[in-house]
Amino acid sequence: MSAVPAAPRSASADALSPWAFARVLLARVGALCLVELQRLRHDRSELYTRAIQPVLWLVIFGGTFNRLHAIPTGDIPYIDFLAPGILAQSALFISIFYGIQIIWERDAGILAKLLVTPTPRAALIAGKAFAAGIRAFSQVIVVLVLSAILGVALTTNPLRLVAAAAAVWLAAAFFSCLSMSIAGIVLKRERLLGIGQAIMMPLFFASNALYPIALMPAWLQAISLVNPLSYEVDALRGLLLGTHAHLLVDFGVLIVAAVLGIALAASLLDRLAR
Amino acid sequence: MSHDPPAVRCDGLTYAFGEHTAVDAIDLEVRPGEMFGLLGPNGAGKTTTIRVLTTLLRVPDGVAHVLGHDVARERMTVRRLIGYVPQQLSAEGALTGRENAMLFARLFDVPRAERAGRVDRALEATGMLEHADRMVSTYSGGMVRRLELAQALVNRPRLLILDEPTIGLDPIARSSVWDLIAELREQSGMTVLLTTHYMDEADGLCERIALMHRGRIRAIGSPAELKAAIGPDATLDDVFRHHAGDLPDDQARLRDVRSTRRTAIRLG
Repeated sequence: MSAVPAAPRSASADALSPWAFARVLLARVGALCLVELQRLRHDRSELYTRAIQPVLWLVIFGGTFNRLHAIPTGDIPYIDFLAPGILAQSALFISIFYGIQIIWERDAGILAKLLVTPTPRAALIAGKAFAAGIRAFSQVIVVLVLSAILGVALTTNPLRLVAAAAAVWLAAAFFSCLSMSIAGIVLKRERLLGIGQAIMMPLFFASNALYPIALMPAWLQAISLVNPLSYEVDALRGLLLGTHAHLLVDFGVLIVAAVLGIALAASLLDRLAR
Repeated sequence: MSHDPPAVRCDGLTYAFGEHTAVDAIDLEVRPGEMFGLLGPNGAGKTTTIRVLTTLLRVPDGVAHVLGHDVARERMTVRRLIGYVPQQLSAEGALTGRENAMLFARLFDVPRAERAGRVDRALEATGMLEHADRMVSTYSGGMVRRLELAQALVNRPRLLILDEPTIGLDPIARSSVWDLIAELREQSGMTVLLTTHYMDEADGLCERIALMHRGRIRAIGSPAELKAAIGPDATLDDVFRHHAGDLPDDQARLRDVRSTRRTAIRLG
């Protein structure tokens, strides 16, 4: 047997230092967000069709309940109370089906090619999760413009708007990871569609998007407390309307949820790679 | 100077999907710079072998090496050295050709200053530069394959791995893709490992081939050697029949069939 050549020094590339991992992570998130923007630029139809639902919720549902005064929302009008909830909801509806893309990419061989690049699985999932957030941003703009037209007293403070966008981004990352995790389990587009349909309305109703948590029966309050959507809505209300919010807790929950979601989806990626 | 490690080396590589052993204790060595073909019918284990070598499937340490690096322990290093084109036509239709290539330049950490130049050169080398700013959804199958080769080339791979590069293409596109692969290899000196079930095409192009059947390698050598060992006018099909018995399709793994079907569905 011939002597085995000494292992090259860079052989431990698999075990990245935290600093190197952070750099790869940022680079991949950037690359995949850019691709999402390019997709949106080439095909804007989804932007328009996705705008229909929030318009209905705000104009019809919001308009009606605003006049009925059926839901006590303290010193702000119901339509104001509702707007951040609808913003969170429309971002949720986009992210909860984002896993369909990863199943499609798997069937098309694209996922295999992505996995053969020097990209740790968690970085690939994080990239896709935050790319889902880019898609959700389109809704931020639609809902904010519409709310302004409907006379909702929104903040104009740019810092608060940026923080609100960050809350939507983090929540979209979490819900798209939930979707990609389900994709990793069911592996079929149709099944993911079914499960997505089945969980999106419960997630929406078991949150503070439509009514204050205090109005809910105790069991629903309990569910709403573990639902990241509630924390997103709370943060959005605080930032956009200036109502009392628990911003530190909200962002803490959203960040932890996004990190856990990325870890879960990344651990299921092997099933999709096979 | 130390000798170059083999481009690919498998020592008793085995991979099973549940009960089904797709690859059964194969030994294989691909020399640096050669054009090597892995031949066999659907279900022979070619794609599974490729998926192990590209780090997509996990195997124990020590059974498979790419350019001297263990595919199990040094996955990131291996990925930086290879270019991979899967069986399906896998470019993204909702983007332009250039955007597709640029994405892979980013994913392979090509420095920002070099990206545009490298993407242009890769598109040029595959004859896709003039179509670069069109949406991929308007491309023909042969054009998508060329673009995929460009995507692999932006990384300047030392080993190019192609899984059934001409499957699903019409005869003209097929021969032009083969010509392109031969040309790219001549220019860059990279090693090419490909799988195909078109025996006649491999015959003219590959310097050495391995015949796979039911997860095992039945014969290995240059097409001329393998044919000469059987008889004066033997074809590779004869060689295969000699080593494997009849060409059986009954054992064909669903996996290959399924992915081919997926491609067909996607292309309408």
